[in-house]
Amino acid sequence: MDLAYSAEEEEFRARLRVWLAAVLPTLPPRPDPLDWPARRAYDCGWQRRLHDAGYADVHWDASPTQRLIFLEETELAGAPYVGANFVGLLHAGPTIAAEGTAAQRDRWLPPVLRGDEVWCQGFSEPDAGSDLASLRTRAVRDGDEYVVSGQKIWTSHAEVADWCELLVRTDPAAPKHRGISWLAMPMDAPGVTVRPLRTLAGSTEFAEMFLDEVRIPVGNRVGDENDGWRVTMVTLSFERGTAFVGEVVACRRLLGELARTARENGTWDDPVLRRRLGRLSAEFQALWRLTQANVSEAQATGGVPGAGGSVFKLHYSHARQELYEAAATVLGPDALDLGHDWTLDRLSSLSYTIAAGTSQIQRNIVAERILGLPKGR
Amino acid sequence: MDFRLTEDQRALRKGVRELLARLFDREALRAAVDAPSLDRELWRELGAAGFFALRLPEEEGGVGLGLPEAVLLFEEAGRVLLPGPLVATHVAAGALRGAAEGEVVVTSASEGLVPWLDEADVVLGSTEGAVPVRSVDPLTPLHRVPGLVGAVGAGSPGPAGEVRPATGGPVTGDDLVAALLSAAEQVGSAGRTTDMAVAHAREREQFGQVIGGFQAVKHLCAGMLVRAELARAAVRAAAVTGDPVEIAGAKLLADEAATANARDCLQVHGGMGFTWEADVHLHLKRAWVRSEMWLPAARAEEVVAAHL
Repeated sequence: MDLAYSAEEEEFRARLRVWLAAVLPTLPPRPDPLDWPARRAYDCGWQRRLHDAGYADVHWDASPTQRLIFLEETELAGAPYVGANFVGLLHAGPTIAAEGTAAQRDRWLPPVLRGDEVWCQGFSEPDAGSDLASLRTRAVRDGDEYVVSGQKIWTSHAEVADWCELLVRTDPAAPKHRGISWLAMPMDAPGVTVRPLRTLAGSTEFAEMFLDEVRIPVGNRVGDENDGWRVTMVTLSFERGTAFVGEVVACRRLLGELARTARENGTWDDPVLRRRLGRLSAEFQALWRLTQANVSEAQATGGVPGAGGSVFKLHYSHARQELYEAAATVLGPDALDLGHDWTLDRLSSLSYTIAAGTSQIQRNIVAERILGLPKGR
Repeated sequence: MDFRLTEDQRALRKGVRELLARLFDREALRAAVDAPSLDRELWRELGAAGFFALRLPEEEGGVGLGLPEAVLLFEEAGRVLLPGPLVATHVAAGALRGAAEGEVVVTSASEGLVPWLDEADVVLGSTEGAVPVRSVDPLTPLHRVPGLVGAVGAGSPGPAGEVRPATGGPVTGDDLVAALLSAAEQVGSAGRTTDMAVAHAREREQFGQVIGGFQAVKHLCAGMLVRAELARAAVRAAAVTGDPVEIAGAKLLADEAATANARDCLQVHGGMGFTWEADVHLHLKRAWVRSEMWLPAARAEEVVAAHL
């Protein structure tokens, strides 16, 4: 039970702080959230700076503890988030690194690390959400190519992506988990149509994607044919690991801002609200400690975080939604003003118990994989 | 940073679990419920095993370990519902002769409540005019000290968020340690009720299958694990840092985990959960008692809020 960082880890933190202090003032102004090409350019510019400073592969090669420190310090310093590079750095990239051939790693990984190429994710379908393995987008072999037709949904950054990590069905006769393959699809291939979807927050954070006889070289398949489900699970376990470190730091900062605002506008005098903020603060502090526990476990067992990530995500997603409800109480009628950041954040937070595995699916994972309860509905 | 238990800490936990299985198994628990009294022999055995002297320096006859090890001990005590004023005696060891060895039983007043007053040898804090209560927990005899009961206002944090007890004056290190060790007992209980619920859900059959296969039941169990793990991380971290605000937050989450998990455990057990024979109610009632003592929720929330 040691919460102190080693001298080496503290040195990593100190160097990172010095670099962040020097580089952040040189960044251009943040782009309009609705201007996707500008967002891509901004996010890739940040990734390029990370690359040139030697931090590009912190998500892959650094130890879990260094990754924790990196995410904590960048958030504390107000550095940009991965943004458009989320899939490349946290999904497709790690998958290719783990499962790809040497040629595939050489082709796809360096551009991701340099911020030259952006990836999106083509997993979910209109009829394959929580039950992802029932996906139906069909890939038919034709010589050295797959001919792919189907529909994908919830594809973030599709409009500005160069590549898509695509799950397709290559054997419709096999049991559903065993007929899936993982393909890298160039987004400029003929037959790819992207249509933005508007979220309840009014923005176009993601898109639906229509595939009409898109031809993808067989060499773009990562892993064996029909082994895509296993390949994908490698990716998903990355998402449930240290992915929320920055968010927990951000939530703790928001709590401080909430308390300041509440003291200014008088709502702090309400003991019910005050105590609610106190409880939320205790919860986010505990979530931070739980993150450190999960990271320690990952560090010791050599990388991929296990079901502990689900325990974390279940409470985190709920607590973050409660945080914005408390923010709305602090704001009062101002909570109806879209001009206030917290109003948009409150709307965005409604996705947290759905995205990356709904809370109901997470409870199944915890019950079955940790508690050993039988599968079933 | 490595937040996992060290090898020594894992060995300590295993040793304590084995010791308590020997000294206070389920049979002993039910016998104690039927005839509640403080078992002096058990108390001396705990003393001999170093339960109270754990944090005393070795040159004073102690074990020389710290708060992180102490919370592991109290998690185990909470798991088996070990009775008696364990926290007060542990905290007093070193200051009061005989406490460390388990020869002297120490209790103390907290939030106007005094457990085991009639059986204790030494009572810390004012108990003037204390009146007995028909305690909800069959294994925790309680007295109330008039005037302090329900004095929430007196317990609110001072201007700088300084932690003050209901009696006024700053909370001493001892009171914070007591809150932390109570929280550790709550975590142990929360983990135990999770195990009990899961074991029952894997065994009990209805509609031709074990009820643990139904999502309505398994989601309750998953929620219990989340509460217990979150509180455990909070309690262990607070033991490492010793930070008063972190201790207050840990007590808050541990109280919540113990009471809510006991209730969900009761629900998973169905009608059996409502019986005297099942152990579930003992966990719930003890969790209620611990929640009212050493930084109850209202004050813990104010303490954490004051530091925002």
